[in-house]
Amino acid sequence: MNYHSPASFAEASALAENADGVTRFLAGGTDVLVQLRADIVTPDTLIDIKKIDGVSDITQNDDGSWTLGVAVTGAEMTEHASLSRDWPGVVEAMDLVGSTQVQGRATLTGNLCNGSPAADSVPAMVAAGVTVTVTGADGSREVAVGDIPTGPGRTSLAKGELVSAVNIPARGDNAGDAYLRFIPRTEMDIAVVGVAVSLRLDGDTVTEARVSLGAVAPTVLLVQECADAIIGSTLDDAALDALAAAASAACNPITDKRGTVEFRTDVAGVLAKRAAKIAYARAKGETVKGDHA
Amino acid sequence: MSKIHVTTTVNGDETEFLCDPRETLLDVLRDRLNLTGAKEGCGTGDCGACSVTIDGRLVCSCLVLGAEAEGKEIATVEGIAEGDTLHPLQRKFIEHAALQCGICTPGILVAAKSLLEKNPNPTETEVRYWLAGNLCRCTGYDKIIRAVMDAATEMREAS
Repeated sequence: MNYHSPASFAEASALAENADGVTRFLAGGTDVLVQLRADIVTPDTLIDIKKIDGVSDITQNDDGSWTLGVAVTGAEMTEHASLSRDWPGVVEAMDLVGSTQVQGRATLTGNLCNGSPAADSVPAMVAAGVTVTVTGADGSREVAVGDIPTGPGRTSLAKGELVSAVNIPARGDNAGDAYLRFIPRTEMDIAVVGVAVSLRLDGDTVTEARVSLGAVAPTVLLVQECADAIIGSTLDDAALDALAAAASAACNPITDKRGTVEFRTDVAGVLAKRAAKIAYARAKGETVKGDHA
Repeated sequence: MSKIHVTTTVNGDETEFLCDPRETLLDVLRDRLNLTGAKEGCGTGDCGACSVTIDGRLVCSCLVLGAEAEGKEIATVEGIAEGDTLHPLQRKFIEHAALQCGICTPGILVAAKSLLEKNPNPTETEVRYWLAGNLCRCTGYDKIIRAVMDAATEMREAS
């Protein structure tokens, strides 16, 4: 295995473009090194992107949007007060990934590019309308987070392409987000179902909404029917019931040791209601604690 | 395959080593630098027995490559005591008998020290969540939590 630590994304892209065999990019390494050790993926070329300038920066731009470097860790996000205030759902979703030790290394970009349908941060990013900058031989392009995973363990990134930044939109006024997951314990587990909701209010009425489901299909889902169920409502019981029904209807899960098709389908509806209520309260300016105590 | 030359700081001492690109920081600490405090439990970041800090940040050294240590400050359990004087956490672990086989203990000491530096007055819930990535199959955790809480109290009173 060859280990490289390039100084720019262009150099990283060129290394990957010209490499033979299996190439992996190394940010936090909490998936890559596990796969390496388990002989699931044995890279011929490992490209450590942490020596590139700016990869650990969290920057709020003039228009209120955020740019996160690809090596920003979950712990750094959780410690960032104004990012946490703007996008509590995104920050809490990332914070649910692994232990304190894993939080010291794990990144949004790694969670996305690992391609797990159960990745906690991905539904939260999809609901938030997050995009990633993808750098390749022909320069850079901006891609919606939902367009990166194409199936379990697979992404739409071509040979020589890598994610070079995470772009979170400006939060704006009267808006809130939330992510909830079901696991059979309180910590250190993988989502059986994950649901993220981001919405905006005009007075008491929902004017914008994005609802995303994780671990209930081969890739993360953005469910327009869920958004339609609550847009125009005050999140009354009828709207919440319609939201739950739409979430359950969108599920296309598998049965595995962590949950059955029936369980996942039902729980998606329950969590959608709960996450929507938290997002709504946050949009009203209330401080609501998320999943992590 | 040629080895990678790495210069790093471990427990305040500048050190250098040659490592294979596949070698983890845990392998380097144990097999090249003879610092066998960090233990390999799972090797996949689940058990926390290999916990160290890098630039003050708690990590599993089994999920870090040796090559990534270049220019970093590593702290391991060997650096917790000052000479023969044990750290309050170490004394409290003995006092509360917060260990049996001891395999998990170095990782838990490193993790708990990292918590108390960030939060000198944690609640029991905060201690339990912080240490959720440190598995212990002997104690049932209760004595560990009590030892950490007691050490925190003593350290607050002393400061």
